[in-house]
Amino acid sequence: MIKYFLNFERKQFLRSSYWQKSIAINILMVFLVLYFILMFLIVGIGLYPILKKQFPESDPLIILNGFLFYWFLSDLMMRFFLQKLPVMNVKPFLILPLKRSKIVHYVLGKSMISFFNFLPLFAIIPFGIILIFEDYNSTKVVTWILFMCVFTLIINFLNFIIEIKSADTELYFLPIIAIGTGLFGLSFFEIIPLSVLFEKAINSVTEQPLLIWVPLLILIGLYYLNYTILKQKLYIDNTLKVKAETAASSDLIWTHRFGSIAPFLQLDLKLLWRNKRPRSSIFMLVIGLLYGLFFYPNPVYKEMVPMFVFVGVFLTGIFIINFGQFIPAWDSGYYKLLMSQNIQYKEYLSSKYTLMLMSAIIMFLLSIPYVYFGWRILVIHFAAMVYNIGVNIYILLYVGSFNRKRIDLTQRAVFNYQGTGVVQWLVGFPLLLVPMGFFYVSYKFLSFETGILVLVILGGIGIVFHEKIMKFITTKYLDSKYKMIEAFDQKS
Amino acid sequence: MIKATELSKEYNGNMVLNITYLEIPKGQTFGLVGNNGAGKTTFFNLMLDLIKPSTGFILNNQIQVNKSEDWKPFTGSYIDESFLIGYLMPEEYFYFIGELNGINKTAMDFFLMQFEEIFNEEILGNKKFLRDLSKGNQKKVGIVAALIGNPEVIIFDEPFTNLDPTTQIRLKKLIKKITEKSNATILISSHDLGHVTEVCERIVVIEKGVIVKDIKTSNETLEELETYFSV
Repeated sequence: MIKYFLNFERKQFLRSSYWQKSIAINILMVFLVLYFILMFLIVGIGLYPILKKQFPESDPLIILNGFLFYWFLSDLMMRFFLQKLPVMNVKPFLILPLKRSKIVHYVLGKSMISFFNFLPLFAIIPFGIILIFEDYNSTKVVTWILFMCVFTLIINFLNFIIEIKSADTELYFLPIIAIGTGLFGLSFFEIIPLSVLFEKAINSVTEQPLLIWVPLLILIGLYYLNYTILKQKLYIDNTLKVKAETAASSDLIWTHRFGSIAPFLQLDLKLLWRNKRPRSSIFMLVIGLLYGLFFYPNPVYKEMVPMFVFVGVFLTGIFIINFGQFIPAWDSGYYKLLMSQNIQYKEYLSSKYTLMLMSAIIMFLLSIPYVYFGWRILVIHFAAMVYNIGVNIYILLYVGSFNRKRIDLTQRAVFNYQGTGVVQWLVGFPLLLVPMGFFYVSYKFLSFETGILVLVILGGIGIVFHEKIMKFITTKYLDSKYKMIEAFDQKS
Repeated sequence: MIKATELSKEYNGNMVLNITYLEIPKGQTFGLVGNNGAGKTTFFNLMLDLIKPSTGFILNNQIQVNKSEDWKPFTGSYIDESFLIGYLMPEEYFYFIGELNGINKTAMDFFLMQFEEIFNEEILGNKKFLRDLSKGNQKKVGIVAALIGNPEVIIFDEPFTNLDPTTQIRLKKLIKKITEKSNATILISSHDLGHVTEVCERIVVIEKGVIVKDIKTSNETLEELETYFSV
């Protein structure tokens, strides 16, 4: 049976129109994967000599074990935002003569073959081999490697539970942040010395190989917990009964001052507010706004002015990146309607432009208090806003005309955790790094003022030629109209 | 009103539609009948410029649909649920379509009053999103939305499926009323031979993309069609 499941998934992947269009992203992903493998290998090989040199008195293995708690926390956080949970459309299988348990085991099993579970091995195994060469007891080393594997899987299933649980909540990333900072706080302020407890636990396991049963039992327990949670979700009424929420209507009369784009603007605002996935991009604004607090107060970054440009573009552009990269896929569910109605593409796109423009301006205004950390930051934010408005929005709108992946806003399928993945963040990087590069070059060779001027001028050019650029983008959309309709028609 | 010339659609060497010539005069109620895969929806998609013809073209009121978009203001259509916006309430959806057609809220409320019978109190004022309505009720919304702006050409793909018996009868009444009152050209496809023969003045049967029968509806039509399809 599993053979079939795997086969279905391969077909779903290869036969979706998305695959053909996103080869560039796939290549980028491969590079990223290779990069991380290399990094972990270097760490695995280099860690022992480095630790030995820095701390000749202590045992490198013990030192490493002391950091296990932080490994645990960062791995958990990373996975939450980057690891995609296995998505499977289970409804067609429910009526087939198939045990429900089999479907659940399959989904859980699939989550184990994630790249995130293999990556640590590239560091763990070389490190272990070096330990053996350094005359460590080989049973001890093997137990340690085994423990680390179990440990990785524990994180895997823990993340699975957290993601399922928080997928039902409104601010899906709040629980993980609360858990992460909570645990970190408990340990850091030594209320509960978690990091010491972790260290002691693993040290005793390596001393007493039989104790490996303890983490194994924890793993089995987590697996079972996952299993019961998922099995409960395997009934369609569980998801169908999902509140037929009564809607609050609002007239959004203020949008009328925008003239002909008003109906689209209203539609976009409702889209943002009434669907879970786009709504999360509104909440992202809060994260974006607080992002500066990581950098500005930190003396380490005091002299790294170009880094502030990165923060500025991110802060004023977070909505642009999150919302803009899925234009026009947000409307994919009713794209045919839009295409057969009496509308102009230009107005449709202008509405999206206006929305992103407003977000950039609002974010800039809200970020004014950062002036506390120096007037330069305010100037940088302003330049970043102008750059976002004059360059990044157009880039995303233009790239949107190549968008071929349907977003199902209404889908309530079980196991649908369609959402954040690595790709979503990858797309943002060029948008953030390019302006930083422009600034860096002019800042390094000329001055701070020139750097700012370059960004403002680049953005200004875009703003001045708004009509021309929009016209160009509109023709691109018209050109790919049929392809988009066809692709958006493909479910899953 | 509508003219299709040398119209064909091919997918990977597979001819799904091939119409040498088809003319539908203004004011006609036109029924399109055929088995699955005969090309009914393909024809409608071509009419709405949602897919590109392999050869030939369609003229809608002298306007070639894949060259100009000027046919949109006087053409109303409902093909499937992908014409609905799930996160809107029915009223908001109607207002949105209305605004695109230059109809304000008050005029829209007045327009919707005439459909009270069809809505049967299940659509308006229930504060439900379209995605939470049943399939039948979604269809009612789509059909009424297609009539907004008094279009001269109306396209319905399978309007009777998913509707309850009462609404089916009411919809037939409504279509007849539109043909009497306005001079709109109505194109309907259906699998229910009874319904089409009752509503349409003319019925065209297509099979594997080719027109095989073109009948002016009379008392014998239903029987004729039933014999044809019972092979």
